[in-house]
Amino acid sequence: MIEPGSAAPEFVLKRADGSDFTRADLEGKTTVLVFYPFAFSPVCTDQLNLYDEVLSDLHERGATMYGVSCDATWSQTAFKERLGVTIEQLSDFEPKGAACRAFGVYHPGGFPQRALVIVNPDLTVRWSYEAPSPGDLPGANLIFDGLAA
Amino acid sequence: MSELGSAPVPGPDGDDHVRGAAAAPIVIEYADFECPFCAALDERLAELPARIVFRHFPVRSSHPRARAAACAAEAAHLQGRFWEMHDSLFADQGRLEDPHLWRRAEQLGLDLERFDADRRSESVLARVQRDFRSGVRGGVVTTPTLFQFNDGVAVPTDADALALLLAQR
Repeated sequence: MIEPGSAAPEFVLKRADGSDFTRADLEGKTTVLVFYPFAFSPVCTDQLNLYDEVLSDLHERGATMYGVSCDATWSQTAFKERLGVTIEQLSDFEPKGAACRAFGVYHPGGFPQRALVIVNPDLTVRWSYEAPSPGDLPGANLIFDGLAA
Repeated sequence: MSELGSAPVPGPDGDDHVRGAAAAPIVIEYADFECPFCAALDERLAELPARIVFRHFPVRSSHPRARAAACAAEAAHLQGRFWEMHDSLFADQGRLEDPHLWRRAEQLGLDLERFDADRRSESVLARVQRDFRSGVRGGVVTTPTLFQFNDGVAVPTDADALALLLAQR
């Protein structure tokens, strides 16, 4: 996966309204990208629920969190609404997994690895983490470790 | 703003809710009152010869009433009835709305007006958040999560492992 110190790659993801979210959208702020395998799957559900609980702490540190998966925007929106979380979702649906590949987190099974990437306002990667397996849920503490790194 | 980066799960202190024989092995439990697995675990833990430290870990989007229930337990604690409220909440997780919490408070003989003010207070919320944040820092990601606390170190465990360990003592 992409290493700390690397430049953030070029990529195009889709926001819920269908507009593009690109590398340029990362500029000038600290961004936490949460790559997760599948909307509605059990671990991803627990993960977004937990991270939503610490969003205000992230905001206090000037960081913005996004969830990234290869699900379609409609599926992501339904997932977000079903959970009742506020983490904005970004879709890597078509071409499938292109952004995940750019960050080096595309699983051979056709879904994102469970991975976390923090990008600095200057578009360099501050910190990255890939879970030992897609079934492992990284604690929210790791994100704050990454922000302090 | 307190830190949320990694830190060991702290051992029991004077603010913790603790029950069980003083000399028994210490088990730290992160749980929420709306979590059915926590209620089931609570029954198992009650059968073990352990000293239980209960900590709140409410996650709103998983269990929308978990935080309110945690605050109710803390408000009951301010009138000396934490464990009674704890047991009552786990005994009937289908009734966690405000009127159900008031009913419980009445049944426990609490001063209802004080209970209602306390459960909505910032200090009670901060007490609940203290537990949640210590869990986050210790890597807790879901409920229930158990740790055995021994020689100043909290080690993750589960009910089966605990039962086996305690049976061997």
